[in-house]
Amino acid sequence: MCLAIPGRVESIDPADPDLKMARVRFGGIVKQVSLAYTPEAEVGDYVIVHVGFAISRLNEEEAERVFEYARQIGELEQLKDGSSAGSVPPR
Amino acid sequence: MKYLDEYRDAATARKYAEAIARETTRAWTIMEVCGGQTHAIVRFGIDTLLPSQISLLHGPGCPVCVTPLEVLDQAVSIASRPNVIFCSFGDMLRVPGSSSDLFQVKSNGGDVRIVYSPVDALQIARDNPQKEVVFLAVGFETTAPANAMAVHRAKEEGIPNFSVLVSHVLVPPAMEAILSSRRNRVQGFLAAGHVCTVMGYTEYEPLARKYHVPIVVTGFEPLDILQGVYLCVRQLEEGRAEVENQYTRSVRREGNQPAQELIREVFTVIPRKWRGIGEIPESGLGLAPAYAAFDAARRFSVDQQRAEENPECISGLVLQGIKKPQECPAFGTRCTPLHPLGATMVSSEGACAAYYKYRRHELAGSASPTVPAGGATP
Amino acid sequence: MIEEFALKCPIPLDNNPTVQMGHGGGGRMTRDLVEQIFVPAFSNDWLAPLHDGAILPPATGRLAFTTDSFVVRPMFFKGGDLGSLAVNGTVNDLAMCGARPLYLSAGFILEEGLPIKDLWRVVRSMAEAARAAGVRIVTGDTKVVDKGHGDGIFINTAGVGVIETALTIGPMSVRPGDAVLLNGDIGRHGIAVMAEREGLEFESDISSDCAPLAAPVRALLEGGVEVHCLRDLTRGGLTSALVEISETARLPMWVEEESVPVRDEVRGACEILGLEPFSVANEGRFVAFVPDRQVEAARDLLGSEARIIGAVEPLGAEPAMVRVRTALGTSRLLDLPSGEQLPRIC
Repeated sequence: MCLAIPGRVESIDPADPDLKMARVRFGGIVKQVSLAYTPEAEVGDYVIVHVGFAISRLNEEEAERVFEYARQIGELEQLKDGSSAGSVPPR
Repeated sequence: MKYLDEYRDAATARKYAEAIARETTRAWTIMEVCGGQTHAIVRFGIDTLLPSQISLLHGPGCPVCVTPLEVLDQAVSIASRPNVIFCSFGDMLRVPGSSSDLFQVKSNGGDVRIVYSPVDALQIARDNPQKEVVFLAVGFETTAPANAMAVHRAKEEGIPNFSVLVSHVLVPPAMEAILSSRRNRVQGFLAAGHVCTVMGYTEYEPLARKYHVPIVVTGFEPLDILQGVYLCVRQLEEGRAEVENQYTRSVRREGNQPAQELIREVFTVIPRKWRGIGEIPESGLGLAPAYAAFDAARRFSVDQQRAEENPECISGLVLQGIKKPQECPAFGTRCTPLHPLGATMVSSEGACAAYYKYRRHELAGSASPTVPAGGATP
Repeated sequence: MIEEFALKCPIPLDNNPTVQMGHGGGGRMTRDLVEQIFVPAFSNDWLAPLHDGAILPPATGRLAFTTDSFVVRPMFFKGGDLGSLAVNGTVNDLAMCGARPLYLSAGFILEEGLPIKDLWRVVRSMAEAARAAGVRIVTGDTKVVDKGHGDGIFINTAGVGVIETALTIGPMSVRPGDAVLLNGDIGRHGIAVMAEREGLEFESDISSDCAPLAAPVRALLEGGVEVHCLRDLTRGGLTSALVEISETARLPMWVEEESVPVRDEVRGACEILGLEPFSVANEGRFVAFVPDRQVEAARDLLGSEARIIGAVEPLGAEPAMVRVRTALGTSRLLDLPSGEQLPRIC
């Protein structure tokens, strides 16, 4: 359950402040999305969208964590092995 | 696509797969609760990247699978009426009720329409004032804010010809039902990242403590799932049982406050029957009294319907991870994706449907590489 | 490449602007419809006699013959309409047999009340598509059904073409080790049509890829490629084409997911609606199975959009199935969806 996809806020329609409709871009298409639940979202932000509603504003710093973490566990393993590559990778 | 494609990177996936293999010293059974995660696992063959000691079970994470038979029958009954425009998410159209489904109603001339969002249904109501427009409001907590907004706006704007047939389900009570069962085999959970985006994850902390299971809030892309499995296995190997957040780019501990507020206003927690499992107390959402006028079941007097599940169907046991699809006597014979007897064969994410894809090839004698060893259900 | 086709609607709009039961009655009204709508649009020597059947010159080779029926909602969409689909669909089926398409028939079932201007627009579109594909529409039929008993227009087209190669092109000619080519990006038609359906609208530049395929097929054959099998991707998309060939030929094959081009618009629409690009409908795309040693030459003959997307497995004991090698380096099985792909929330 819960097909929700990140999209970029292209423009916000001031007409309905409760629904806060925005044009959000997903790859090559643009869809009307309500930012009612992410009132802090601004043009240029990425939001996670489920059935026409943004349910969160994507935290771009946290988005990196998945890769940083992978690097760290990879490096830890190299350290444990006494890495045959020679140099200790920078942390 | 940004923030999507990066999480399908092969090199990083390999790093996680290797790390999981290094961490794993014994067999573990982990359940992921969300149909979207099942979909990603099957689509990207993620289970083939895991060591054979890890069993990934697919839990009742799909509102399609668990919508009770009664609700389907109510939907079919309402949709068959002449002055009704019945709107639904696409998933629900093929789900069989006792004797029919929404697709059949459509082919018999019923005005059944697929919508992307509940507010699309509301617009259809505005555009067709002389018709009754009914929306089938199913889903987990993820979909509740959207459904709540549609009903809330209908009330604010005074749209008399709009109503909703509600069948919302809540995840934590279902997880507790699984954990508290005598036959439970689940040792760790991947919690549904978009449910938690809305609700936060404080509700899972008591579960982790009470049943001593690690619960990792996980996203939906391959790297999310792999990192989620890694964190869960690490906890299991270390004997910890905490709630951990893998999906930090979307989930905060307190969740989405404005969404929770509107859910509390429009809905109220009620007992809910889960198809194949039975009734779980306080596991569903129904309309709050202030919104009762928008209840389609009441408006169309279909409250009192009862329905019997096909007695052959063991989907409840499959959903809880107690039985495997091929252990069902009807599997592949009387029950197939084209003629499903129950929930888990209906949805393409359902364990039985997913397993059916591989069965033909197993029987033909070739061990398909995408069927994992070690007994895990794909 | 649509030439300006400046025929104005011949039936004045204030005179019988909709299709009536009488238009299918075989009498004067039918004759008027044929002479004022169909004949001017399709005009050719074989149609002109307006006899029960068209008498055609002899062909110089084996014949290919096919038929297909068409109904689509909405009737008009970006990049095409029911008319261009009806012509190109049959032209392409002939091309997939390795034939040069020659003549088409067109049978119409019209719903009473259909605006004549819609019929004229569809018929004009068929004429343009026929000209672009180098075929003539030489015979046809019209019936009218009561209002409420038809979906506006149903069109059946049957087509005949001549096979100018000695090759027998079809699934039974596929060999282990053959390479699989695709002539361009997938999913445009299905998404273009979906973008205009009520309840699923979105902004996009996507147009249907509806196009005739006879020319690229001829390029392969005249270029000396030993074409084993061709299949155009229609409903069910790339998935159906590959799975059906694999099952008919009883040969396993693999496809590399990253090599199949998908435009951003199709990708975005599929992601938010939960659709699989591989299973989305196309109207101007085909796969070709050719010997591995000729695959690069074949790809070059098909143009810069073409891609090598996979291969038939070498000789082995595996049952017929299609494996997709994913971006992650894992593989999954490709299977036919049980019905029409529907947008999902799950």
